[in-house]
Amino acid sequence: MDTLLHISTLHYLVLGAALFILGVIGVLTRRNVVIILMSIELILNAVNLNLVAFSRYWQSIHGPAALHGQVFAIFVITDAAAEAAVGLGILIAFFRNKETVNVDEVNLLKW
Amino acid sequence: MHDLIQYITGYLSSDQTPGAAGNWFWATVYILLVFVGLSVAVIAMNWLERKILAHMQVRLGPMRVGPHGLLQPIADALKLLLKEDIIPAEADVTVFWIAPFIVVLAAFTVFVVVPFGATHAITDMNIGVLFMLGVSSLAVLGIVTAGWSSNSHYPLLGALRSSAQMVSYEVAMGLAVVSAIMMTSLNEEGVGTLSMIGIVQAQFDQKQWFLFKFFPLGIIAFGIFAIAMVAETNRAPFDLPEAESELTAGFHTEYSGFRWSLFFLAEYSAMIAVSSIAVTLWLGGWLRPFPNTLTGATWDLVFSLFPGLTFLFLAGLTFYSTARMPKHPFFKIQTMGLGGFGALLAAIALILFVPGVRTRVQDIYWFSIKVSGFMYLYIWYRGTFPRYRFDQLMKVGWKVLLPIGFALLIVTAVVAMRAELWASITGGGHP
Amino acid sequence: MNPPVATPFFFYGLSLIMIIGGILVITRKNAVHSALALITTLLAQAALYLMLYAPFVAGVQIILYAGGIMVLFLFVIMLISIERTQKEKQFNKQWIVGIVAALALGALFVAVYTKTSRGLTLFIEGRSNYVENQNVQNVANLLFDRGAGQYMFAFEIASLLLLVAIIGAVVMAKKRI
Repeated sequence: MDTLLHISTLHYLVLGAALFILGVIGVLTRRNVVIILMSIELILNAVNLNLVAFSRYWQSIHGPAALHGQVFAIFVITDAAAEAAVGLGILIAFFRNKETVNVDEVNLLKW
Repeated sequence: MHDLIQYITGYLSSDQTPGAAGNWFWATVYILLVFVGLSVAVIAMNWLERKILAHMQVRLGPMRVGPHGLLQPIADALKLLLKEDIIPAEADVTVFWIAPFIVVLAAFTVFVVVPFGATHAITDMNIGVLFMLGVSSLAVLGIVTAGWSSNSHYPLLGALRSSAQMVSYEVAMGLAVVSAIMMTSLNEEGVGTLSMIGIVQAQFDQKQWFLFKFFPLGIIAFGIFAIAMVAETNRAPFDLPEAESELTAGFHTEYSGFRWSLFFLAEYSAMIAVSSIAVTLWLGGWLRPFPNTLTGATWDLVFSLFPGLTFLFLAGLTFYSTARMPKHPFFKIQTMGLGGFGALLAAIALILFVPGVRTRVQDIYWFSIKVSGFMYLYIWYRGTFPRYRFDQLMKVGWKVLLPIGFALLIVTAVVAMRAELWASITGGGHP
Repeated sequence: MNPPVATPFFFYGLSLIMIIGGILVITRKNAVHSALALITTLLAQAALYLMLYAPFVAGVQIILYAGGIMVLFLFVIMLISIERTQKEKQFNKQWIVGIVAALALGALFVAVYTKTSRGLTLFIEGRSNYVENQNVQNVANLLFDRGAGQYMFAFEIASLLLLVAIIGAVVMAKKRI
């Protein structure tokens, strides 16, 4: 009960793991490309939560200016923006050719 | 029980905002006050807009509903509440429901960090300006979902155009804001701040409104922000997405009754919010004119008489209009009502002359006057400028404001840090 | 110093919102509903960042993720006609294997987190400092300071990455090159 009430880094890590699993399930089971891209965003968010939780842990040991995890999280958010833009560009280019967003039909290079 | 009284009265002698002091009771009181104040402001804006636009167009505006149309906003609100709630067929009902609430949420949450005085804010976040810019960008989501869920092509086109416009001008707003934030770091430690109260404090310490700093850089930054904020709130002359002759009211075409009033409320609240940002960043927030040069007890007294004098002026105008009312018996009730309203304004003026109230209301009054100036500018723009076509609008946003914003940012940075830059170039001392 | 009293309440409430939002993202037929659920998750995540005393990352999350990336997603969803996709099957043929594999990965994560060695728990909570009012300045020191800043190079590379992404997205989404 005390572990449940006293919120520590472990709680944030477990939450991050749960979000990661939800994102992985989304990528592995859905057929709509846009929803797969959104699940990838969920995965990146779970990673960010881990980074910021660890940054808080590190800050409590190494002083108030040791915010390396937060800086890393900012870079991950920047990366996610770039990746979303490029991924959606690819999606639009593909949709213009084949009129579908079903990932099972992306098989033009198949033997 | 005694602890509760102590908790409530203990805050009154502190010099922090309720959020920073951790006092949830006073934070709730401030939130309710902001809510009520915003609603009153939106109602007043409705009446003011119709009357001022009418007078600019050499006509009279609403005159029938109350004396000089003063009860018109109340009649409008009643009509909107009692109208039939129409949902288009094949519209996505869940998303149709949620969309107005997203826009209202984005417009109202911004006021958590707006400082009406040195301690009169709900809280003082470390990232005040960033929070305001971010939350006001959430309104785009509400507009896009509103247009899409109406399942009709006019709203969809209006929503896409409106959101493209808002996203484009947010970039220009951000650049202008960064130029102003850079000026906050010109103190001894060389460390700036993003908190709204800290920015006004920096203007007080540097004895200059940021509007006049590094002339003309402050004015150009303010100009960019002033243009971008009008485009951000979809107001004239950038209101193509919701103009009646173009797109039959754009993204809120299919919304009627109470839902439309939510969009209306959100639009005016967003106008007040971005005006608050402009006032805080460039016009000195809650500071009275000349707080550093004209100091002393007499000047403080003179400037503290302004709230009461303003309300006395308004009461005088009302009494003058009462005297000019027609002497026909049909107008008896209206004349009495107008006289009563004038008496109310005079009573408020007399309350504002009491010394205890005078000193406390100072900051709020100056902040409100500056924001009201911006509201008048909004209405003036609507009555004066023709509308921008959509491609002209996007051209101004990306090809005119953005390069000027970048150049301004670089020049401001160089001018602000010129001493350190020169030292690091000539290699003398540490940069 | 004592931790704030209502922290478990806010943590469990926000994590419930995030989990429900995540489940809605991966199970809805309508892509716009998924996008709205993802926006809810992202906003709850920003609130969690505030709880972790990272206000700058929370602000960046709201502006970039919820106010930028999700608007991009919504635009693309509206450009692509989705009436046809709503009538198709939504899940893969191998959905059971996918879920089992993901849950196994999750069990591995939790086992690693809760593993104790020599009687010590992995994350000793040292809540001695609750500094928040210098957060932006500290992040800026790490990014930009000449002496103590280590991430200046990464910052420049990130801006180059964004430039490449912009050019790539424009080139790929144009009608004719």
